[in-house]
Amino acid sequence: MAHNPVSTGRRRSAAAALLAAGLTVTACAPSSGDDENSASGEAAGWPSGDVRIMAPADPGGGWDQTSRAIQDVLGNQLDASVEVYNVGGAGGTVGIAQFVQNEGDADELMTMGSIMVGAIETNNSPVTLDEVTPLARLIGEYEVIVAPENSPFQTIDDMVAAMEADLGSVAIAGGSAGGIEQILAGLMAQEIGADPAAVNYIPHSGGGEALATILSGRVQAGISGINEIREQIEAGQVRALAVSSPEPIEGIDAPTLTEAGLDIELANWRGMVAPAGIDPEQEQAAEDALAEMVESEEWQQVLADRGWEDQFQAGEEFEQFLDEEQERIRAVLEDLGLVGS
Amino acid sequence: MDGFADLIGGFGAAVSPENLLWALIGVTLGTAVGVLPGIGPALTVALLLPLTFKLEATSSLIMFAGIYYGGMYGGSTTSILLNTPGESASIISALEGNKMARSGRGAAALATAAIGSFVAGTIATIGLSFVAPFMVDLALSFGPPEYFALMVVAFTTVAAVLGSSVLRGLVGLVIGVTIGLIGIDVQSGQARLTLGVPQLLDGVDVVIVVVGLFAVGEAITVLASGERRSTVTPAAGSRWLSRSDFRRSWRPWLRGTALGFPIGALPAGGAEIPTFLSYSAEKRLSKHPEEFGHGAIEGVAGPEAANNAAAAGVLVPLLALGLPTSATAAVILAGFQNYGIQPGPLLFSSNNALVWTLIASLYIGNVMLLVLNLPLVGIWVRLLQIPPYYLYAGIAVFATLGTYAIGGSTVDLMVLYAVGALGFLLRAADVPVAPAVVGLILGPLAEEQLRRSLAISQGDVSVLWSTPLCIALLVVAVAAIVLPPLARIAASNKATRSRDRVG
Repeated sequence: MAHNPVSTGRRRSAAAALLAAGLTVTACAPSSGDDENSASGEAAGWPSGDVRIMAPADPGGGWDQTSRAIQDVLGNQLDASVEVYNVGGAGGTVGIAQFVQNEGDADELMTMGSIMVGAIETNNSPVTLDEVTPLARLIGEYEVIVAPENSPFQTIDDMVAAMEADLGSVAIAGGSAGGIEQILAGLMAQEIGADPAAVNYIPHSGGGEALATILSGRVQAGISGINEIREQIEAGQVRALAVSSPEPIEGIDAPTLTEAGLDIELANWRGMVAPAGIDPEQEQAAEDALAEMVESEEWQQVLADRGWEDQFQAGEEFEQFLDEEQERIRAVLEDLGLVGS
Repeated sequence: MDGFADLIGGFGAAVSPENLLWALIGVTLGTAVGVLPGIGPALTVALLLPLTFKLEATSSLIMFAGIYYGGMYGGSTTSILLNTPGESASIISALEGNKMARSGRGAAALATAAIGSFVAGTIATIGLSFVAPFMVDLALSFGPPEYFALMVVAFTTVAAVLGSSVLRGLVGLVIGVTIGLIGIDVQSGQARLTLGVPQLLDGVDVVIVVVGLFAVGEAITVLASGERRSTVTPAAGSRWLSRSDFRRSWRPWLRGTALGFPIGALPAGGAEIPTFLSYSAEKRLSKHPEEFGHGAIEGVAGPEAANNAAAAGVLVPLLALGLPTSATAAVILAGFQNYGIQPGPLLFSSNNALVWTLIASLYIGNVMLLVLNLPLVGIWVRLLQIPPYYLYAGIAVFATLGTYAIGGSTVDLMVLYAVGALGFLLRAADVPVAPAVVGLILGPLAEEQLRRSLAISQGDVSVLWSTPLCIALLVVAVAAIVLPPLARIAASNKATRSRDRVG
């Protein structure tokens, strides 16, 4: 019997049961695990039962969407059911604190990414990424620096010149304090030899709110994930000045920061980790399963639909990247004055 | 008119049996979850998001929009009958609605809420169909200084919900603002009032505070009172609206719509602020101001129309800018993205048929909601005949389950019961809880917009009155404070003079 790929998480089924108390439920009932826990799985023994993925954020956000896309594609690939549950809060630090309790259980996975790296620092989280087993980096989204229609900046050079002349006069709107957009603004300041903490960065609690401020024209520039603002760029409501990717982005008429003379590359990447203390063979098998998923047509279709970049990287390569990324983000956050040095 | 032809085309697609079925499922689910305290439309849509992998885009978006509209209808029911709002935009309806229900006029309150929601929802959907581009321009002229001016206007209306004692009202307000400050400060990234609890870093969910203050607080109060029998007057004979109820309702419906739709369309507007504004406007304009606080029907009709119109307004920035401005809109946006559709300025050209089918289904959903909700009025009011012990035990169960369902977090439950105990103490001390909710919602917003304005202007305070729109809003705020006392003085002068003349 085929398993049901849209199985619901514990939390979700609890709420579904609750809904059922008062009304007819239209949602698919949670699949009741086909009692093949021991029999299923590949030779290397992963997964040994049903796979559970924690999305360390509320439904709707990037981690949630990534987790659910993985649930759908990986669920078809594996001979086990994959369920997703959300533990939201504080940039993922609430989620990771709960996740590390699964020590040794390789069937428990968590989606994470650059935002969690920063949040662990700014929230002074007692639990860090040293206490999980990194599996793979999967996708990335690049950032774009934009100017509102009425802004005097026509090119990134205009903006850099204005920042060099009077850093405070350039108000830059973006997402939450210490988040990927403020880190990018800080890196820009570093590149032009200015104090990152003196950047006039206007944080917002989400990309949507920042977009509203950018469109109102009260700020001189804004930083956003490319997909969140692509429509506005295409409609001519904002001008793209530069992108944070290594190569120019198709459909966006702007140079990379490196081309503009600022040596910066920054991606809002997302990946997958397992708890600490898992069996190395299982770790390898899980990484292989993710590598196989990334190759699948289904996954490539998901990437195309969402505008995500394939940034697959697994094993030691990913571990090394993660170490460097933690180092780099911590340094910028210290310069921004958001983390005590 | 291009839009009109598109809309007709949209109706053509929306009345297919399949789409009608999805709309019906959506509005039914929405009404049900709106009624249950703690479980709101945002959570419901989030639970159903995985369906997007199975369903066609139009069908699931029609269902989601139905849930969204339905939630706004359903939210008022428990608010009015049990003084326990199902979601934050229905809080104001509890003020007068519950007084009406206690004096046997629950059916009239529910009926004016349902019909008002229908009128407002329909007018606002017409607005969404035809003036969306204009609304977007208006919305984009709001930057941080304009929002701050709008918050000032909203704060001046607090006077209307403070209750009889200004001091007690202010106590409630300060408590609300304080709870609102819990969490990471957006501007500086620093944690405030979190007591070192990581689960509090994102602040306390407004829904949990509302359910705690009202539902749990009310339940504890009933328990403490030891009252075994219902204290509510059984429903008086007349069903639904009498002629005079209708006469007193239709103007508030229209005024509520006029406030709700544009404010809902603002990217940082939301559905709560227009209900505050509507309530205070009705209180000021009413021919029966003395009934306010004792069950004035205008105080239900206006805010209920306002929150439904705002719900339609929220769809303007969602569809035309890709900006989600409420929790439900954010989840619906994720639904769009699951189909690889990015709402934004190009949506109307890139997915024309889908958008117009969705809009057409909103009209249909509104009619369905009216048909569904009016007959339910008779059933709902019978809830009041359940002995309070059983009724409030049930409410406490639903409040607890709903809160747990929001985040699956035991910390949320502790917050719920702590706030519930606070709600009980406030009731015991005769401090009104409505101002606390006003403070909770407005306080952090006002702070954020003020500091953001000043950061952009690098500390220059004059930014706060730098545009005609700011000045206009601030003038309204000043007028709201100054005019009523002046009018009272003028009235009493006139009264004195006429008495003199008589004497």
